[in-house]
Amino acid sequence: MEQKKETLLEIHDLSVSFRMYDHGLEQKDLKAISDLHLTVHSGEIVAIAGSSGSGKSLLASAILDILPDNATVQGHMHYKGQELTRERQKQLRGTKIALVPQSVAYLDPLMKIGPQADGHYKPKPTEKRRKLFERFQLPEHTEKLYPFQLSGGMARRVLVSTALITDAELIIADEPTPGMSLEQALEALRMFREMADEGKAVILITHDMDLAFEFADRVAVFYAGTTVETALASDFKTGPEALRHPYSKALWKALPQNGFEPIPGFQPYAGSLPKGCLFAPRCPYKTEQCEKQVPPVREIRGGEVRCYHGA
Amino acid sequence: MKGTLGRIVRIFVTCSIKIISLLFAVSIISFVLVTVSPIDPVQQYILGLGTAISPEKRAQIEDYWGVNEPPVERYFTWLTELLRGNLGESAIYRRPVADIIGERFVNSFALMFCAWLFSGVIGFALGCIMGMYRGKLPDKILKKVCYILSSVPMFWLGLLFLLIFAVWLRWFPIGFSSPVGVLSENVTLWQKIHHLILPAFTLSLMSFANIALHTRQKLVDVMNSEYVLFAKARGEGQWTILRRHGLRNILLPALTLQFASFAELFGGSVMAENVFSYPGLGSAVSAAGLQGDVPLLLGVTLFSAMFVCVGNMIANLLYGVVDPQIREVGE
Repeated sequence: MEQKKETLLEIHDLSVSFRMYDHGLEQKDLKAISDLHLTVHSGEIVAIAGSSGSGKSLLASAILDILPDNATVQGHMHYKGQELTRERQKQLRGTKIALVPQSVAYLDPLMKIGPQADGHYKPKPTEKRRKLFERFQLPEHTEKLYPFQLSGGMARRVLVSTALITDAELIIADEPTPGMSLEQALEALRMFREMADEGKAVILITHDMDLAFEFADRVAVFYAGTTVETALASDFKTGPEALRHPYSKALWKALPQNGFEPIPGFQPYAGSLPKGCLFAPRCPYKTEQCEKQVPPVREIRGGEVRCYHGA
Repeated sequence: MKGTLGRIVRIFVTCSIKIISLLFAVSIISFVLVTVSPIDPVQQYILGLGTAISPEKRAQIEDYWGVNEPPVERYFTWLTELLRGNLGESAIYRRPVADIIGERFVNSFALMFCAWLFSGVIGFALGCIMGMYRGKLPDKILKKVCYILSSVPMFWLGLLFLLIFAVWLRWFPIGFSSPVGVLSENVTLWQKIHHLILPAFTLSLMSFANIALHTRQKLVDVMNSEYVLFAKARGEGQWTILRRHGLRNILLPALTLQFASFAELFGGSVMAENVFSYPGLGSAVSAAGLQGDVPLLLGVTLFSAMFVCVGNMIANLLYGVVDPQIREVGE
């Protein structure tokens, strides 16, 4: 179904590393994202799931070119079929690609909410913003408040509105729902769904698996800075037998409603990644091959998986 | 409306209490210091008279002044007179201290205000430039200039300026606040300004490097913040970010620094006024110190304490105006 739709964003072999001081003046590169693949089509919501430190937020920064100065990006990103150069990223961010950041810390503490949500756009989208605030049940006086006067849930709704004000074709929402009531979270996600149905695309970075499965079309599972599997959301609803990668299966089983069963071990630290498959040290099915070489991306049953044994 | 008025009255009362208690403490400490110092006020007074005096006459003066009474009693005598507005008579100028301070302060105020404004505006602007070009060439050059300026002694810089601008280039007069040989009622405003420029510029150089470096650091912090990252993600350019978020967020620390620099400014004016023979409060206080003029010294000490304290109070009040987070707590 999605394959017929236009490919909006295509990411191939993306790596992000940080130059750090190791001992004394020795410098060292820390690879935070390695060989990441992700495709986003217009008209769909792609959820990105994974534990903290798996590189979810970094991916958002890499797409927008707002990484810190000591970061280097390798690999290819294409937007609407054209290479996403720095120049293009600069043009697209805030207009065609919008970010919903994680927390209230992303709001200027000394600027009132109204002008802040309106942004620097000209003409000022004040009318549109007021309608959005109303839809999000933000009281009228919210626009006169400062960020520190907002509750966590209000701040999230303001942050979501900043993206919906724009005419963005791609919205990257970095954990937009925590702190909202269930009703408000559903409203926010319904609005994302609406936008997707209008032909736009949403990348939904989230910890809330249930909401992701409910609203997303596809789910990309992140592990240690790479996508181990991209599957239809319905596969996650079906259960582990529909999934392809051992980590996705483990993730499914670790959910409270599915047994709450963790697997031993920890996600590897960016400075000490294993040589072959990043999941190999914790994988019950690993072979010699897994430890030597990073497995390529394979297409299985309409999903993508980075595993020799996935089926 | 009523709330605002009440708040202003409350702030005014607390500030007044703070200033009065501070002045009280300063008066005790400076009085004690003068008491234990080797300066003999009677001797200085007699020296100032310019005539020899018999030991009986001297004993009379001592008796009249109460020099031999216990220090606590003397302190309260002084304090009572002080509260009546009598700061005593200067031993070297032979005029009431209050008059001298009033007259000298007008000169000093013009000097300090120009220097203060100049260092504030230029320091802030340079700090912004350094912050925006952080790590790049303009930043590196300006940073070195600031380091050099803040490590060079000011009196030396003043002498250097005198040598270059007054002696060699003859752009500015060599000293004083008005031309020599012109009656004070005939001095024009332009002549006054002309005499003011060089000392004010020298004095401003003392604090402007400090303000520029602090502003730079604060702007670098702001530019690395998450809200600037988000502004960037929304497509705001560097200078839009400076205008919309940068200035707003570095204004408060810059203001603090600017008003807290009153103490430095006062200290610096002593030096600048001596180098440029500028007849302000600073040169009066150094003359009073060198010649043991106790009434003038105490008077200027109290006055300068009040001056610095008022500066800091203004900074405190401005916080409430600029920072909504503090304003909110105040309400």
